[in-house]
Amino acid sequence: MFSVADTTGAKITQMLSAILLFVAIMGVILFLAGRVSGRRSDRAVAFAYLAPTVIMLAVGLIYPGVRTIYQSFFNAAGNAFIGLDNYTTIFSDADQLTVLRNTVFWVIVTPFVATGVGLLYAVLVDKARLESVAKALIFLPMAISFVGASIIWRFVYEFRPNQGNVKQIGLLNQVLVWLGGEPQQWLIESPLNTFLLIVVMIWIQAGFAMTVLSAAIKAIPDDIIEAARLDGVTAFGMFRFVTLPSIRPAVVVVLTTISIATLKVFDIVQTMTGGRFNTSVVANEFYSQSFRSDNQGLGAALAVVLFLMVVPIVVYNIRQLRASEAR
Amino acid sequence: MSIHRKGTRFRIALAGTVSVGLVLGVTACGDGDGDSGGGTTASAAAIDCAQFSSYGDLKGKTVTVYTGIVTPEDKPQIDSYKPFEQCTGVTVKYEGDKAFETQVLVRAKAGNPPDLAYVPQPGLLKQLVATGKAVEAPAQTAANVDKFFGEDWKAYGTVNGKFYAAPLGANVKSLVWYSPKEFTDSSYTVPTTLDELKALTDKMVTDGKKPWCAGIASGEATGWPLTDWMEDMMLRLSGPETYDKWVNHQIPFNGPESTAALDAVGTYLKNDKYVNGGLGDMKSIATTTFQDAGLPITEGTCSLHRQANFYAANFDKDTKVAEDGDVFAFYLPGKDAQTKPVLGGGEFVLSFANRPEVQAFQTYLSTDTWANAKAAISSGWVSANSGLDPNKLTNPIDKLSVTILQDKNAVFRFDGSDQMPAAVGSNAFWKQTTSWITGQDTKTTVDNIEKAWPK
Amino acid sequence: MSATSAPITTTPPVTPPPVSASAKAKKRLTSPWASLAALVLAVLWTLPTFGLLISSFRPQRDIRTSGWWTFFSDPEFTMDNYREVLGSDSSGGLGDFFVNSFIITIPSVIIPLTLASLAAYAFAWIKFPGRDLLFVAVFALQIVPIQVTLIPLLTLYVDAGIAGTFWPIWLSHSIFALPLAVFLLHNFMKEIPSTLLEAARVDGAGHISIFFKVLLPLLRPALAAFGIFQFLWVWNDLLVALTFAGGGGTVAPITVALANLSGTRGTAWHLLSAGAFVSIVVPVTIFLLLQRYFVRGLLAGSVKG
Repeated sequence: MFSVADTTGAKITQMLSAILLFVAIMGVILFLAGRVSGRRSDRAVAFAYLAPTVIMLAVGLIYPGVRTIYQSFFNAAGNAFIGLDNYTTIFSDADQLTVLRNTVFWVIVTPFVATGVGLLYAVLVDKARLESVAKALIFLPMAISFVGASIIWRFVYEFRPNQGNVKQIGLLNQVLVWLGGEPQQWLIESPLNTFLLIVVMIWIQAGFAMTVLSAAIKAIPDDIIEAARLDGVTAFGMFRFVTLPSIRPAVVVVLTTISIATLKVFDIVQTMTGGRFNTSVVANEFYSQSFRSDNQGLGAALAVVLFLMVVPIVVYNIRQLRASEAR
Repeated sequence: MSIHRKGTRFRIALAGTVSVGLVLGVTACGDGDGDSGGGTTASAAAIDCAQFSSYGDLKGKTVTVYTGIVTPEDKPQIDSYKPFEQCTGVTVKYEGDKAFETQVLVRAKAGNPPDLAYVPQPGLLKQLVATGKAVEAPAQTAANVDKFFGEDWKAYGTVNGKFYAAPLGANVKSLVWYSPKEFTDSSYTVPTTLDELKALTDKMVTDGKKPWCAGIASGEATGWPLTDWMEDMMLRLSGPETYDKWVNHQIPFNGPESTAALDAVGTYLKNDKYVNGGLGDMKSIATTTFQDAGLPITEGTCSLHRQANFYAANFDKDTKVAEDGDVFAFYLPGKDAQTKPVLGGGEFVLSFANRPEVQAFQTYLSTDTWANAKAAISSGWVSANSGLDPNKLTNPIDKLSVTILQDKNAVFRFDGSDQMPAAVGSNAFWKQTTSWITGQDTKTTVDNIEKAWPK
Repeated sequence: MSATSAPITTTPPVTPPPVSASAKAKKRLTSPWASLAALVLAVLWTLPTFGLLISSFRPQRDIRTSGWWTFFSDPEFTMDNYREVLGSDSSGGLGDFFVNSFIITIPSVIIPLTLASLAAYAFAWIKFPGRDLLFVAVFALQIVPIQVTLIPLLTLYVDAGIAGTFWPIWLSHSIFALPLAVFLLHNFMKEIPSTLLEAARVDGAGHISIFFKVLLPLLRPALAAFGIFQFLWVWNDLLVALTFAGGGGTVAPITVALANLSGTRGTAWHLLSAGAFVSIVVPVTIFLLLQRYFVRGLLAGSVKG
């Protein structure tokens, strides 16, 4: 069961037995939790429900995370303690400061624009004809891998000179040429190039925002909408005073999820510019330092910085949590 | 345990002695065998298994190979192992992975390395050896390398005085692609010195052309073609000895030699009259992928493109790559016609296990038998193995590459950025030269790279 | 305990403001302008992908020398790219890789989904000391970059003797999915009105039966939604597969095969366009099949809190 399966049949058997094993383990845990009664039963159930998750996270994320924090105080080879030097580098080196600036651009622009577009679209197509087809179109980019996405956008941003019989390959430049302009090398000019890369991430994430928010809109009770309509609320008023407040928790969830996904993304930058022309972000720099430059310490420190950048998002969510509990 | 070990060692020793005879025997009758080996794998049965009996009884054993060589170059690799597999009973499990260079380190560090890894950079080789998981090459492999490869090649596979990895394939980077037809029509001649190259370029400019095309975009490795340009100029202007010092940081990266080399690149690539044929202005070098950069030659919008022999794979299938075809390459000339520095690269076979079947396969890969068998079934592949017979190569660019590699006057040097510490060779060197082509001056560029060198 | 299917209405979070007498309750958002806006967005979002689709049917040379829109003025159609992708014979075509992708994906969706819904329930509806702190910790773990976990986890798998099998991939995907899954499902669960749970509790139901009999049916759409996302992420994952599926490719998924399609030096990227569409087929099918859950809302029975 734990050996290598190399025929299709063996693979399927292994998968099914893995699932059965999982179900059996969960069954035993729940059964035991159910046997505990009395005052402590709440804690026993909580323990049973949380233990598998907590154990897996402790092994799979906390241990490596702590290890990374530890490594961030060491040098490139990981054999000499250098205190905060890696952090000093990140916050003083001109290149690294550009990386931080870009990351801030990413994490501010992507979640809001992606959520905004997703929300707008969800409202626009709500209850429209062909709603499911319309949604599938926006959702499509979610189903494409980053490798696929980078080729797709290559056909948008690619540059060819305006000379002789050379034809444009990139859609953006072709549109420019049709309008009588000169083709541009979009990915070179900083900081414009960073925003052009952000567009790719927005393109991918809008589908996520749209699906979740659309579902939230559909969950608004009909009687509220009816009541508002009877009161003669305009369409915009409806959105502003009925829809938005009702789906507020969902908006927060979407913003949070996209922010974190944005902080972690490095594939887009890596495949489209390789982080050149001042487009690198912390996640890409972390990858490049750890796996390309053989600078374990600096790479680890960048990962820690990434972690610190999430703190504001976490704090905001805690306040939301408190607020919803107070209700 | 100890008995088992002894047995293993004895068997290796035996395999070693016998395969010396084997190799000699093959060289002697190599010509006769060549024709039958020239066919595809179907003729593998015709291979005389007696040659392989010396490797001992290895039936049912498996050797795992992990490499960055993927489709379509992986097929001739896998096929070239078939005689070995059929005769020894060993199964070679081949895993090609584009992310090899980062993944192999992860696997080695985590204690999950393959049996053999084909490492394309001496710098990475050092990192892998530093994980403590790699094992030295067996004596027989070392003997083959002494016999078939130059000392320089052996040195690239040696870390801290211990020989680990035998060379596998090789590539030649000091090449300039051109259109033979254009050269005939405009009566240009292939230059034999750097001055002639400059003169040719100027002549093309007076003929109303943008002679050179270049492109350095390559994802996270963007910039590497510029490092090759600079290394080629370094070799030509300052000579191989200075080049070695430069690579090993015995002279600073921002010294006069370095500056001169980068400026020499600049006379071509930072000259608006010279670049970027069919691709735009100077800055377009930075955003053009290296794969696309030489294609304007076939469109007639560019005349010269400096890139390695493997660039041949980028041309369409109906483009004829030959001295009398649509495109071909000439040797990027030295300072004068006598000195012939050659910049190149290649892979090295690093072992993480010393089981007899692994060592047997490792040894097989270092023989001229394998090199010739591999060359016979592939196109666009050469090796620095001196036992490789250039006359058996069918592909003109391969023939040219082997001729350059085996030229008695040629002085071969491995790609410098592949040998430098990763912080320079796979980071600052790429990044800074990319900034340089988009406008940064030479001094800032070399100063920044010098600063990035690990203390 | 029959409350599950009955729609429950709670007090609306916001009272609609008193509105002026302007009684033209026009549904402006369904006006032609709204349709136009939706159409523009849909076109903008689809056009890049459409370009790739066209490109995947164009000959190699055309892709490199002219834009995909020239296809309409000068249609050159070929199936060669697809033929080459589907027939690429590194380990016998893409069939095995497809199977592997399914084998990898199914447990990698089921396991984290189950674990996370249990954990989310505990965070949402059971009171125990340190609950909020633990929840925030789990939530914050989303940011740990997967790359920092590769070497420690692989070392553990090697020590456990399961490296090279499907187990490391299943376990890793499950671990990496948990923080987000717990966070999302927790938020959905919070939306369920507490009156519903209290009613069940009064009836004498314990946590386990509340979870299975009350919450799970209500959460089905949310679980389906997260299931789809997780499915997409796992299906499109390359990094985890590269690291943990190592060792000859017997367990490697389709993304690994596709990534290698572009060739050793990335020269054959015309194949990538066809390859991208081959791998897209499954996720899009899954999405279309399960889409009805999205249309209905993330909580069954139009519950709203």
